[in-house]
Amino acid sequence: MAKQPAAVVGVGQTHHRAQRADVSMAGLCREAIDRALADAGMTLDDIDAIVVGKAPDLFEGVMMPELFLAESLGAAGKPLLRVHTAGSVGGSTAIVAASLVQSGVHKRVLTVAYEKQSESNAMWALSVPVPFNMPVHAGAGGYFAPHVRSYIRRSGAPTHVGAIVAAKDRTNALKNPYAHLREAKTVEQVLASQMLWDPIRYDETCPSSDGACALVIVDQDTAASSPNPAWIHGTVMRSEATTAAERDQVNPQASRDAAAALFKQAGITSPIDEIDAAEIYVPFSWFEPMWLESLGFAEEGGGWKLTESGATAMDGRIPVNCSGGVMSSNPIGASGMLRFGEAALQVRGAAGEHQVDGARKALGHAYGGGSQFFAMWVVGADKPTS
Amino acid sequence: MSRTLSAPVTVAFDYTRSTGPVLGRFLTGLRDGVVVAGRTSDGQVVVPPPEYDPVTHAALEDFVEVSSEGTVTSWTWVPEPVKHQPFDRPFAFALVTLDGATRPLLHALDVASPDEVSTGMRVRIRWAEERVGAITDIACFEPSDSPAPDPAAPLVAPAGAVDPVTGIVVPVSLDYTYAASPEESAFYRGLAEGRILGQRCPTCGKVYVPPRAACPSDGTPTAEEVELSQTGTVTTFCIVNVPFLGQRITPPYVSAYVLLDGADIAFLHLILDCPADEVRMGMRVKAVWKPREEWGTTIENISHFAPTGDPDADFDTYKHHL
Repeated sequence: MAKQPAAVVGVGQTHHRAQRADVSMAGLCREAIDRALADAGMTLDDIDAIVVGKAPDLFEGVMMPELFLAESLGAAGKPLLRVHTAGSVGGSTAIVAASLVQSGVHKRVLTVAYEKQSESNAMWALSVPVPFNMPVHAGAGGYFAPHVRSYIRRSGAPTHVGAIVAAKDRTNALKNPYAHLREAKTVEQVLASQMLWDPIRYDETCPSSDGACALVIVDQDTAASSPNPAWIHGTVMRSEATTAAERDQVNPQASRDAAAALFKQAGITSPIDEIDAAEIYVPFSWFEPMWLESLGFAEEGGGWKLTESGATAMDGRIPVNCSGGVMSSNPIGASGMLRFGEAALQVRGAAGEHQVDGARKALGHAYGGGSQFFAMWVVGADKPTS
Repeated sequence: MSRTLSAPVTVAFDYTRSTGPVLGRFLTGLRDGVVVAGRTSDGQVVVPPPEYDPVTHAALEDFVEVSSEGTVTSWTWVPEPVKHQPFDRPFAFALVTLDGATRPLLHALDVASPDEVSTGMRVRIRWAEERVGAITDIACFEPSDSPAPDPAAPLVAPAGAVDPVTGIVVPVSLDYTYAASPEESAFYRGLAEGRILGQRCPTCGKVYVPPRAACPSDGTPTAEEVELSQTGTVTTFCIVNVPFLGQRITPPYVSAYVLLDGADIAFLHLILDCPADEVRMGMRVKAVWKPREEWGTTIENISHFAPTGDPDADFDTYKHHL
């Protein structure tokens, strides 16, 4: 049986900050949920099922938080699912929610993803020493920095390309009232910032944020009453082993396979020509050129040229992370859903000051673990024809 | 000798919770010696107050003060308390409906034997000597002689909170026993003899170090042991300049992927004996061991890797390991 059409009709997010001391975890989720429901013109009573996502439980020290959150999320008496795929969880949570509609099981699904990083310390949580092993781990930055070095060596990229991305994303965030870091940055300022995990500088790193994102995903009958539904043209998740002999850590097989399957589903043959705006998961600035290649926007070794040419700027050929992206707000569990939600806002013409004029098709992307989990979708202003 | 090695691990952190306005109001009340309940749209009076109304889903804003005395509605006996429970002697956990509330609160009841507990018994709060705005401000419940008020006292709003509680610290400490797999255990025992042991996958022929129980690519169990060279190539690396909580090596240090000669996968280790900014992709390195009397069954027997001084490996020899 073919998939049923599904669309995003509500997008909500919190004001992301280093610490949202004014709200509990439930309050953080509800801030995003209430905005998404208001955007959709619905209340919790209209919702059939709820899908919640967040990153590792060690980040807040609450095991299975969906249990205590159930009532606050309005899930009493309804199906409640929790999804976990590390940093990609916001994306895969949205895809699971979409699949409940596409399968015809539910008509109106609410999905929410969050992280309250201020309650803990992610660097600590990702670096707990394991007996017998070498205690050289140093958080996500320490994990990804060697692979960024590999990319630079392989592609021959000039070393300032990471700074171009960081300056662009931080400056884009000035147009996003919800962003955590809202500060104009120049390439020179980024290059002058402290080297944290050489070759990654302080300003080339995402912040640690409290925040949440929520989406309302509905069937075509419900979408008919929305003035601007974002139709889902394709969804793909892929995973692979974190460590395997000769595994490509710069451009993982699962990422390439996911992108190929996604664009095939969405009927897209030339992503750079057919995607009008991309929200790509870039927690360290160098991942913009890396994922541009992996996703097929550029040939192998050509991602940095696209970035350097200005093509990924808001007025460029393929605007990337007009919202400011993960580089400007990183509530880890929510970061993937923010990419998916921002893609939906673009094709709904509802992205406000960071709207790309006339955007008709947009990509939302997330990855997680040791570049191990991938989740991506394409949304469009028009209902898919097949 | 056990087939596998194991070691204790403690994962501990003091989590800093934001309470939000509703639970903050409840905890502020406890600090001030008052129990604050929430009145929901269906007329229930609930302790602690729920953050959102179960019917309307609106944020709860109707707070009322309830009594510090109440009635046990159910209970269970705890004959052997464990660490972090309210008492180190036997006690009861009881559901207590405070006078004025319609829903019970779970807490400890301090009595000497289960014969002293019954459903319907009257109890009162024993406040902690020092109150800080946490659920432990209620030290426990204790038996009370005073009957339930008849008629019930009218519910009143609590006095305005001064310097409200907005956060709590929640220390969490989990003790685990980490167990290495049989294959890893053989690897660590090899290190205790000064040897680096890997295993070859019988299907794809790749040599894994440390060895896995099964090849990550094709799932085949691995059995053939391979002793590896003590020299290898730095495939890629980063220089860690950032200090962080729990860090065991003082920054700056070079965390590098070392591909041992004869292995098909690199592992992370430390590079020393040369300035960090002279470490290169392709640099040839050798294992430097700690003095033998310091060895255990750990990869930390290898203090670090140091440059051999040989010419760098050609990029083509390791580029497929990035």
